[in-house]
Amino acid sequence: MAVSLPSAPPSVRPLSPLDDADLDSLLLIRHFENALLDLFAAGKLHGTVHTCLGQEYIPVALRPFLDEDFVLSNHRGHGHYLAQYEDPHGLLAEIMGREGGVCRGVGGSQHVYRERFLSTGVQGESLSVGCGLALHSKRRGLPHLVVAYIGDGTWGEGAVYEALNMAALWRLPLLVVVENNGIAQSTPTQVQMAGSVADRAAAFGIDHHRLESIDINEIRDVLADPIARVRNEHRPLVVEFATHRLGPHSKGDDTRPADVLEHARRHDWYRLYPQTRPEQFAARDARIRARVESVVQEVEARSPSVWEAGRV
Amino acid sequence: MSSPAPAPDAPDAVMAVPTAPVRVADNLNEALHALFAADPHLFLLGEDVVDPYGGAFKITKGLSGAHPDRVLATPLSEGGIVGVAGGLALAGDTAIAEMMFSDFATLCFDQLVNFASKSVSMYGRRIPMRLVVRCPVGGNRGYGPTHSQSPQKHFIGVPNLALFELSPFHDNHAVLARMIERAEPCVFFEEKSLYPQRMFTGGVVDDLFTFAPLAGPGDWARISVGGEEDYDCLLIAPGGLARRCLGAMRELLMEDEISCQLLVPSQLYPFEAGPVVEEFAAGARIVVVEEGVAGGTWGTEVAAHLHDRLWSQLREPVRLVCSRDSVIPAAPHLEREVLVQQDTIRDAVRRTVR
Repeated sequence: MAVSLPSAPPSVRPLSPLDDADLDSLLLIRHFENALLDLFAAGKLHGTVHTCLGQEYIPVALRPFLDEDFVLSNHRGHGHYLAQYEDPHGLLAEIMGREGGVCRGVGGSQHVYRERFLSTGVQGESLSVGCGLALHSKRRGLPHLVVAYIGDGTWGEGAVYEALNMAALWRLPLLVVVENNGIAQSTPTQVQMAGSVADRAAAFGIDHHRLESIDINEIRDVLADPIARVRNEHRPLVVEFATHRLGPHSKGDDTRPADVLEHARRHDWYRLYPQTRPEQFAARDARIRARVESVVQEVEARSPSVWEAGRV
Repeated sequence: MSSPAPAPDAPDAVMAVPTAPVRVADNLNEALHALFAADPHLFLLGEDVVDPYGGAFKITKGLSGAHPDRVLATPLSEGGIVGVAGGLALAGDTAIAEMMFSDFATLCFDQLVNFASKSVSMYGRRIPMRLVVRCPVGGNRGYGPTHSQSPQKHFIGVPNLALFELSPFHDNHAVLARMIERAEPCVFFEEKSLYPQRMFTGGVVDDLFTFAPLAGPGDWARISVGGEEDYDCLLIAPGGLARRCLGAMRELLMEDEISCQLLVPSQLYPFEAGPVVEEFAAGARIVVVEEGVAGGTWGTEVAAHLHDRLWSQLREPVRLVCSRDSVIPAAPHLEREVLVQQDTIRDAVRRTVR
């Protein structure tokens, strides 16, 4: 079953008003990711990061549904974490290898674990882990579901299908959120995926919703009931967001042509939302921008994280 | 289970076999039953593991009848099975995953190496992961190249992944409990031909050999000629090779007057050299025996440890006995040529001692 929202391109439709908390959450992720790219450019970050610029609205939209639930994230997971915990200090310290990092600098950008949030860096690995977590929840009679964020590229991994099969067979409360941004690193989706996500979900008898909208309130209206069914009826669900990656895969490795990038920019909530409530946006944007700047300054000044290998 | 009538206690050595022989498979099955009865949060997953089939080697017989919610027959999805087991472990449960044949464990390598094992330490603090992957290994049964391997070597050297091997000298309830207590993923290699053989109990192997546990890490068993301290050659082998080693030791003693001791660890990795070093008789030769094919094996790991600790006392380097660098053929006469046999071990000891 595929449900699409009204067909008018969201870029030409104004976004509906957000309350300050949602807008702050979006802005926190946006400015955090921009700060990372600035830190890289300044030679202050090592390794790699994968920013979620343009996709921030997805975890923010889902946040109210996921209070006690387990979130499995991936390499592009900063937004997932910040929407869940609003902890820019802990995440930045983790990425910079500073004291107070969520995982003492061992995991870095793509291996973060805290309470009911876990990210890891191998594509497709999380779905069967999610089945195990969901099985635990179901057997203990807990009302929790498990959310696993994956991308369009993840569907190339056979592990995805093993997990979907078990989730459907065993009626597990597993919500698979697909951030289909049309590109896997540098490879367009149409070059790496035959058929569609919808048909793949249908093959397992798993419900599927595809959402073109980037409007947080619309998304919540559409998903409230299906997510309740995952939780209450133990029906696995695949929700596919047609989304837009504004930035490079990691840093400076974007080979997409200008018109493709411009198409993504036309769907950028950060460009669209000021038309909805310009004064609210300007005030919150300035405030959150300043907040992230101060987080960067504070974390940068911290001492290196301490971890004794093999003694944890 | 049918078993021969108990032999009466008698001074006659031939009659001194344990009074109630228990098959290794039954000991393992009973261990699983006991663990399931004791822990309401223990799960077992695998292909064809539920009753009435009870697993390809019948090790899980009766478990699903007693615990239907926690013993799950899975699709043919080794990666998925270990992924689900990893999720259960992450949630605080204990999970045992059965690979029907260890050859298929290549399909769960990512979940085991990149997720379950790394999760113990890559998040900066220790995360308990109670997960055991059971893997039937070994050949000499004519199953051919993809159902006969001993893949222990492929799992050596992974941080927070411990390796154990089934042995007729080690009670499986204690061995499984030890793996679970480690709170990190473990692989349990089970040599298939051991299943129908009997467990050794009461310190007695047969009319010639006795065994005793060694104190210290690694959970070693020492097999000797009636507890004799002196020997010409020290054999080190995992449980799956014990029968072949015992046969070779008997031949060597009877025909060549070469006396051997055998040390069998329950824990293969991390390798615990301490008890071996303490047991080592100066001047003896050391032969390490394993069934895996040559190249980058457990034996080379053992030899590296022992060379490091014993170099000044060794008369010659540790000798390795492993199967040939070859796929494992199906036809019995060809398979026999590739895999380590009793006479391979015997000949290696003769060459070493003479």
